[in-house]
Amino acid sequence: MKAKASDYLKYDETTGIYTEDPEQAVRDDVEKHYWLNVLRTIGKDWRLYLMLVPMILVFLFWRYFPMYELLGSFKVYDVVKPVAKQNFQGFSAFKILIVGSESTRFWMALRNTFLLSFYGLCFGFPMPIIVALFFNEIRSNIARSAYQVLTYLPKFMSTVVMTTLVTLLLKQGSIIGGMGIVSQFLAKIGIVSEEVAYSGILKNPEFFRAIYQITGIWEGAGYDSIVYFAAIIAISPTSYEAAQIDGAGKMAQMRYVVLPSILSTVVIMLITRIGSLLSIGYEKVLLLYNPNTYTTADVVSTLSYRLGIENNIKSVASAAEMMNNVVGMLLVIGANTIARKASNVSLY
Amino acid sequence: MKRKLEISELIFKIISYLFLTVFALCCLYPFVYAISASLSGIDAVEHNEIILFPKAVQFEAFKRMFKDNMFWNSYSNTLFLTFYGTIWSLGVSILGAYALSKKRLMFRKVFNFYLVFTMWFSAGLVPQYLNYLKTQTVFRTFGITDDKWLVVIAMGMGAMNIILLRNAFEGVPSEIEEAAVVDGATELQVLSKIYIPMSKSTIATVALFFGISRWNGYFWARQMITNQNEHPLQVFVRLKLEEFTDPDQMTGWNEVYATDSVIYALVVCSIVPIIIIYPFIQKYFAKGVNMGGVKE
Repeated sequence: MKAKASDYLKYDETTGIYTEDPEQAVRDDVEKHYWLNVLRTIGKDWRLYLMLVPMILVFLFWRYFPMYELLGSFKVYDVVKPVAKQNFQGFSAFKILIVGSESTRFWMALRNTFLLSFYGLCFGFPMPIIVALFFNEIRSNIARSAYQVLTYLPKFMSTVVMTTLVTLLLKQGSIIGGMGIVSQFLAKIGIVSEEVAYSGILKNPEFFRAIYQITGIWEGAGYDSIVYFAAIIAISPTSYEAAQIDGAGKMAQMRYVVLPSILSTVVIMLITRIGSLLSIGYEKVLLLYNPNTYTTADVVSTLSYRLGIENNIKSVASAAEMMNNVVGMLLVIGANTIARKASNVSLY
Repeated sequence: MKRKLEISELIFKIISYLFLTVFALCCLYPFVYAISASLSGIDAVEHNEIILFPKAVQFEAFKRMFKDNMFWNSYSNTLFLTFYGTIWSLGVSILGAYALSKKRLMFRKVFNFYLVFTMWFSAGLVPQYLNYLKTQTVFRTFGITDDKWLVVIAMGMGAMNIILLRNAFEGVPSEIEEAAVVDGATELQVLSKIYIPMSKSTIATVALFFGISRWNGYFWARQMITNQNEHPLQVFVRLKLEEFTDPDQMTGWNEVYATDSVIYALVVCSIVPIIIIYPFIQKYFAKGVNMGGVKE
């Protein structure tokens, strides 16, 4: 921006005289040498910027360069050439997924991705809140710590350990041995039929979603309750006393004292959860599913794993993830915006 | 004020205790069962006679594991990945977070956005895989043929942890730093003598997050580490499970212990370190979640 002549002159109201503004020359100088000044500031604090460098490089190499690889979804994949030099093939990879030969599998995977998250929202989301409410009822500190230690524990087990245990406990029966102990238990109390349990619950597509949600709750319900529990213990005891004097029973206290105080936490957690509806962790699914259960278990990232890494159709695989993740990003940004508007609380 | 428990209150209390007891037992049971099954004889395991305690106790399954060189190999690989991985991730994160916590940093918003954007959008599995393959080639040309270094350096960094650290550093009062600078402290001294000691608990939390996720890391280690001798424990456990549950490959058939017992033994070995340190670190995790959950 060029300085106007009037900027240099300063009007003095008392004397009615225009004088030259000495600061404007400095301002001009700052403007003219903007980048030089930037460099000077950076130079003064160069140690600070040097500290940023490793972080920036790590994120550039292993977070942003993969995004560049996504260009491959418009190209004919070629191992030897870098993405920029591969031949352009337009939207054919997307076409294959949406209407072409892979469309059945793709739409199924998208549906499964959404449904696994959605059921997680219905069943997995309320559980930590319930657990936190129950924790609040335990008055003895020792007992409560014991419960907390035990229920947080599964969170720290690796996905491999968890899925290994699930696989063994739900093992199918065979000539050498019986089925897994949990299979046997479920068959005994009649939740699954004897044949299904014998042929392997993990091989039955009907049960994959239930297994996924139950293991999710087993892993997370205790640990995720921490946030809600922190909100509950922040409630002042006088609020309860006041409610009691007004004759509020347990349920009324829940309704009018506890719920309003944790509501903002619940809303924020809910919005985050909705924002991540399309980002399902692939590791757990990859470790639990098998060709028999693809109809309910296959999610977009596992489909793209099989297409891209096992069957080597890289462009179609990239295209699948691109669609999933772009929609996912819009959901996250939307959720964050709503959260900010609704409660003046920003998630990031 | 002492008053009688109301009926509704009493019922709610009973339900709470009941629910939490059942849930806590559900959380614990698989591990107890794994220990018992790894110590039980073949008949007891195959015919589901174990409910809680081991039957027909044998130690052969553990012995077989301990005799396996691959097992010790994978254990040391996991220790390697956890140790160096945690140090690397934590070092890079602390340096970055410290710089980001400074209000005087130019383009601070740009750098923050650079970080946060990776939480919104990720390229996905296949592009990441292709990218790691390229990194592998680059590492190889520099003479780093051990893929463990690829896993250590290229993986496991997260924007969330950096933001946790940044928030903790922002909470340190700037007067202390100014006083130190007047006394002639350099940037690194300010960081190591003031900021790190004053945000010890957050750093411990983040270090534990890194450590646990390194110990538990599986997928990329399996994809990227080509040499079997360099596989970490989690990959080893999974490969053993795949080998043993595949009916065509039922090898090492014997009459003392079930093949399942070997896998249970492996699972027990892989969780023992976590179980041992878990009681000490538990309180830090609770803290970390509360810091990361909601930021006003």
